[in-house]
Amino acid sequence: MTTASIVDNFPALRQSIGDKSLVYLDSAATTQKPQSVIDAVTRYYEHDNANIHRGVHTLSQRATQSYENARKNIASLLGANRPEEVIFVRGATEAINMIAQAWARPRLVEGDEILITEMEHHSNIVPWQIVCEQTGAILKVAPVLDDGSLDIEAYKSLLSEDTVLVSIAHVSNAIGTINPVQELCAFAKEAGATTVVDGAQACGHLQVNFQEIDCDFYAVSGHKMFGPTGIGCLLGKYEVLQEMEPWQGGGDMILSVSFEETTWNDVPFKFEAGTPNIAGAIGLGAAVQFIEGIGYETMVSHEQELLAYGRGVLENIEGVTLVGASEHNAGVLSFTVEGVHPHDVGTILDHAGVAIRTGNHCAEPLMRRFGLSATCRASLSVYNTTEDLDRLGLAVQEAIRILG
Amino acid sequence: MSDLRELYLEMVTDHAKNPRHRGKAEPCTHIGTGNNPLCGDKIVVTVSVNDGIIELVKFDGEGCAISTASADLMAEILVGKTPDEATSLFTGFHELVAGEGNVDVPKKLAVFSGVREFPMRVKCATLAWHTVLSALEQGNEVSTE
Repeated sequence: MTTASIVDNFPALRQSIGDKSLVYLDSAATTQKPQSVIDAVTRYYEHDNANIHRGVHTLSQRATQSYENARKNIASLLGANRPEEVIFVRGATEAINMIAQAWARPRLVEGDEILITEMEHHSNIVPWQIVCEQTGAILKVAPVLDDGSLDIEAYKSLLSEDTVLVSIAHVSNAIGTINPVQELCAFAKEAGATTVVDGAQACGHLQVNFQEIDCDFYAVSGHKMFGPTGIGCLLGKYEVLQEMEPWQGGGDMILSVSFEETTWNDVPFKFEAGTPNIAGAIGLGAAVQFIEGIGYETMVSHEQELLAYGRGVLENIEGVTLVGASEHNAGVLSFTVEGVHPHDVGTILDHAGVAIRTGNHCAEPLMRRFGLSATCRASLSVYNTTEDLDRLGLAVQEAIRILG
Repeated sequence: MSDLRELYLEMVTDHAKNPRHRGKAEPCTHIGTGNNPLCGDKIVVTVSVNDGIIELVKFDGEGCAISTASADLMAEILVGKTPDEATSLFTGFHELVAGEGNVDVPKKLAVFSGVREFPMRVKCATLAWHTVLSALEQGNEVSTE
């Protein structure tokens, strides 16, 4: 598949906003869905709809097979050691909350430390604040440098024998910084800490290899990698998952139940209580095949070309300042426009058919670090083109003309 | 498609770029803080009420063009009104920006009628109003010393 024809796979991109064709630059919020993903979800509901893991009838067998195949596809794409290391959850947020409550909460004692970074999304801050409140553990934060990259020296100095857990974004949602997670996890391991990587913004853009990163947990968002909303994964090392207590109780997560004693099912089913999002998992499986069809190499080079082009477009507009444009960046252009509030930029761009995100991007501490309350964020995906970025530039100039 | 020019009327952009009522009301008898977590806007509204009459309204903080202009024009229009009159002005204003729009409001508020076509921006237009009313209702008496 060439990048020129990729856009044809996305029906939602073929529409107009008013009289302007849609330019979708909000993929960090959610990616559009290829036809193959939409078809996989529809096919499941039209032909195979049944509950999984519990029926002997044909439909249940088909549904179970599709669901488990999706697990295998994800394990293979993301370099898990085995499919059982993939737990289906609602999304990266639920994955991190599960680690906080099922792994961290029973293990943390007063004075233990959890280390995160200043560039985290609220979903990689708040679950740790909750578990700190519950256990008396302390939350430590590694600072970000002016260019938006992590201060690695400061990060290293914050690691100590008290550090029980480290949780880091693979890619910043607000400014696109790619963290050297393999290196950061290695330092954390030396200090004896368990490691978590929030991969919500990574899997739809760059090659992720769970084994190479060598973290204990990796959180995945399905809808940010061309899959449906309401589905994601927690990847966990098999031996760590075996020791981890269940989070929610219910059907499918048990081997046997009596009022005296209940025994847990095996990993990963121990962590999938209740009927899961079967259609979502199958859709995510199709999204994985879509990514494999293009290949991460093509995706990365396309997005990097667009990123460089987009930076050029924005830097040439007087009054536009890029925020946190580090050397190792995924396709995120975070910027401010002098004299024009991001919210107004967003409305004026929408009027020009250009969809971006404005606000604090659920990363208030990072915004504060840059002395801002909000930025404009144009985020790229494999279906974007240089024309999209030209349209962005023109619309930003229009915003300056109206309000600057 | 709704028209941008209806949203950003000249009076709106003028008050957004050059607000006349930024600052702190002295003596400050009532103070309120408003947040719009979606866009990160924060506003502090201070009011001088004397003998049941609003004598001065000022606002400070950071916001978009719509919220800044709305705060500025609100500060202008509330002077000389009672808190009850402020409440009924807001009822009309809210109807204008979020309701059917068939409502008589003072000219200076009518410039926001375009907001109705931009539902995502209603909160921007009403933030200062919610803030001032909560300040007046809660009677947050502040020391003037």
